[in-house]
Amino acid sequence: MSQTVNALEVKASPASNQTGYRSFELGSFAFSRDEYFAKVTWHVGGQKLSHVMSADAFLRAMMRDVAWGFFYGWVNFDPVIGTRNLYGKVELYAGAYHPAYKEKGLDLTETFDSREIMATFKAILDDWTNEGFDPFAAPDETDTTWVGKKNGNNRLAIERQRQACKRMPGLAGDAELRTDKNGYPVNRAFADVSQEEPEVHAEPGFEDEVHAFSLFAYLSRSDVTWNPSVSSVLERSLCCPTTEEYILPIKHGNDRVEWFIQLSDQIEWEIEDKQTGAPRAKVIMKAGDVAAMPADIRHQGYSKKRSMLLVWENATPGLPELYESGKLKPNPVEF
Amino acid sequence: MALEAVKSGEGVLLLVPGNREVGGIMMTTKFETTFGSLGDFSKGELEIINDDPKNYVFSNIFDVASRSRPYEKVVVAINLGYVFETLRAEGTSTWFAAAHDEFAIVMDGVVAVDLVKLDAPDAVVPPGQRGAIAVEGTPVGRKMGYVKCKRGHQVLLPKGAAYRFRADKPGVILLQTVDGALSVHKWADICYK
Ligand SMILES: [Fe+2]
Repeated sequence: MSQTVNALEVKASPASNQTGYRSFELGSFAFSRDEYFAKVTWHVGGQKLSHVMSADAFLRAMMRDVAWGFFYGWVNFDPVIGTRNLYGKVELYAGAYHPAYKEKGLDLTETFDSREIMATFKAILDDWTNEGFDPFAAPDETDTTWVGKKNGNNRLAIERQRQACKRMPGLAGDAELRTDKNGYPVNRAFADVSQEEPEVHAEPGFEDEVHAFSLFAYLSRSDVTWNPSVSSVLERSLCCPTTEEYILPIKHGNDRVEWFIQLSDQIEWEIEDKQTGAPRAKVIMKAGDVAAMPADIRHQGYSKKRSMLLVWENATPGLPELYESGKLKPNPVEF
Repeated sequence: MALEAVKSGEGVLLLVPGNREVGGIMMTTKFETTFGSLGDFSKGELEIINDDPKNYVFSNIFDVASRSRPYEKVVVAINLGYVFETLRAEGTSTWFAAAHDEFAIVMDGVVAVDLVKLDAPDAVVPPGQRGAIAVEGTPVGRKMGYVKCKRGHQVLLPKGAAYRFRADKPGVILLQTVDGALSVHKWADICYK
């Protein structure tokens, strides 16, 4: 177990003679995969514990964690495994937010430098994603080549960059709009979405300041699911719209309040207690609905048809501490 | 409802509504995207298991706009001073200006946005002022132009400019801005309780 893959020292095994996949180690955690499953192993109190996930679910979850840079707060791969972003450092845990493991002291949390865990996660994704399987795609859009022995890779898919604007896409020097030409055809599920752009009539000299674009056309050309881009920035107020189909591959645990504005179609959200996973509510959102996601929940969305969701975030530094200390309430409005 | 019997496996009959091809059921993959509008929206649901519905501050922008005065700035989402407001676009609005950028998304109807570059922006809106203010009369400055937006179109309302909305027929605007003097909070009227 000591092949250095890059300068950040990812601990990887030689490729397995049986499956072709490498195994990985990070701190006291071990990661391996076979034809169907990804397995995470840890030791606590002299006891060995292991947790298994379907490899496609594991890869979809890890893809989001990597693409989002560990996001805000908790990214639960499932009820047992996940990460918590400490912004500069990241906790990797097993069982820490599962009452049964927690009660018996069988949970493990270890803290890593963000770059170190990122390097390991990227190496796992790269090694375990076969040619033809796109962890960002809806199941209907991608092959089942995640099943079976190692077979090539899909670096084009897993190395996509998240599209974040500085002020608004399409402005000079800002994020590009999506077109057929730059590789963003209209998604099959949004073929009926108008591609008409707004009429912009700028007086001479104001061409760079009078600016508009079709957000819906932009979203109809998203090539990924459950992966927010940034479409407007007002100081720390970020619009992060995304297109959703099938199941959010992780359960997101909030470290701040976030808001959802359902732009099209419908998503059903399962809301659970952030610490224990106990069910709290189901939020069924239709086009035009607005809902807060409190700072003390974890949530997972289900979207039957690809839908457009505006995720609205507050990126003010220091918010997690204010919620954790109780200085800010987990719910945003008293009425 | 008229039911018909469809054979389903050995000795099983499904009773299903009529008007449906029996035997070779066709599964076509034709997607229909559903947007909301003032005339056609349906609000989603909250199924509470162990929670307070108020925690979700759940409203629907078309429902809100259907009950608003023209250009009333109703706050539908707030996060420590930053807000989203829903405006019912109808007729011509007053002129507005803010000391920061704002972004408007037209969610229903056709809305024109007129923009004027203010000659003395700091005199119109004090620097540091949060949210939009109404500009008395006609703003003093150079015409920047106008944008005609339909559903799904997003327009920049840049700092330093005054703007107004025009809509021949009722429409709906979603405005990303900051909580200000004109912002209307009426949560109990718009949210599930
Ligand atoms: Fe979330």
